[in-house]
Amino acid sequence: MNEAAQKLMIVFRTAPYGTIYSYEGLENVVMMAAYEQDLTVLFIDDGVLSLKKGMDSSAFGIKDFSPTFKALEPVYDVEKIFIDKASLESRGLSLDELIIQPELIDSDQVEKLMEEQRNFMMF
Amino acid sequence: MKYGILILEGPYQHEASDSAYQFARAALDKGHEIARVFFYQDGVLNSTKLMEPQSDDRHIQKQWSALATENEIDFVVCVAAAKRRGINEEVVAEGFKIGGLGMLTDLAIEADRLITFRA
Repeated sequence: MNEAAQKLMIVFRTAPYGTIYSYEGLENVVMMAAYEQDLTVLFIDDGVLSLKKGMDSSAFGIKDFSPTFKALEPVYDVEKIFIDKASLESRGLSLDELIIQPELIDSDQVEKLMEEQRNFMMF
Repeated sequence: MKYGILILEGPYQHEASDSAYQFARAALDKGHEIARVFFYQDGVLNSTKLMEPQSDDRHIQKQWSALATENEIDFVVCVAAAKRRGINEEVVAEGFKIGGLGMLTDLAIEADRLITFRA
């Protein structure tokens, strides 16, 4: 991370495949990771569904982009990855049903994390 | 305040582009600066000079072009999103230029506030 790094957050709040938001959010995480900023990724609302295990998009002809989520930490060095507890639980999901293991945080922590940021992108 | 604007929706279908335009006008009127407007996803469709709305409707591309040229604001249309949707240098109107996604990261770093307009 460079000394002048800015705190930037990319928020995933939309389910994958139904629309392109989640895919483009991921493109931006990869792009931003190359800029050595203080990057935070948050999954909230329907965005938590992007990380569900066992997805298979082959039947409807859209490229499966979940391998890139798995590569965020090991390949792109994105370490600050969080998921909103209430969003996960209200969709009947738990961390062990996800392809990566983000840090589980409650809504007060989400608020605090957002307050710290310079800028956001919402996907 | 130095604002960045990110537009994710196309014209007419969704109000996002209109809202972004009104926001930009209001911000400039109040003396703020618009560092850049980044057109992304279906938002790239706001840049085509081929649009021909009915005469009693607003012309969204012309509104944007006028805003860019009057105020010398940088308008960037994402190249990958544009290619997917048939938008290229030949159809992009005055005031818009095609550029890479890194210019959105630059904007997030540079702007005091980056505002996303989307569905």
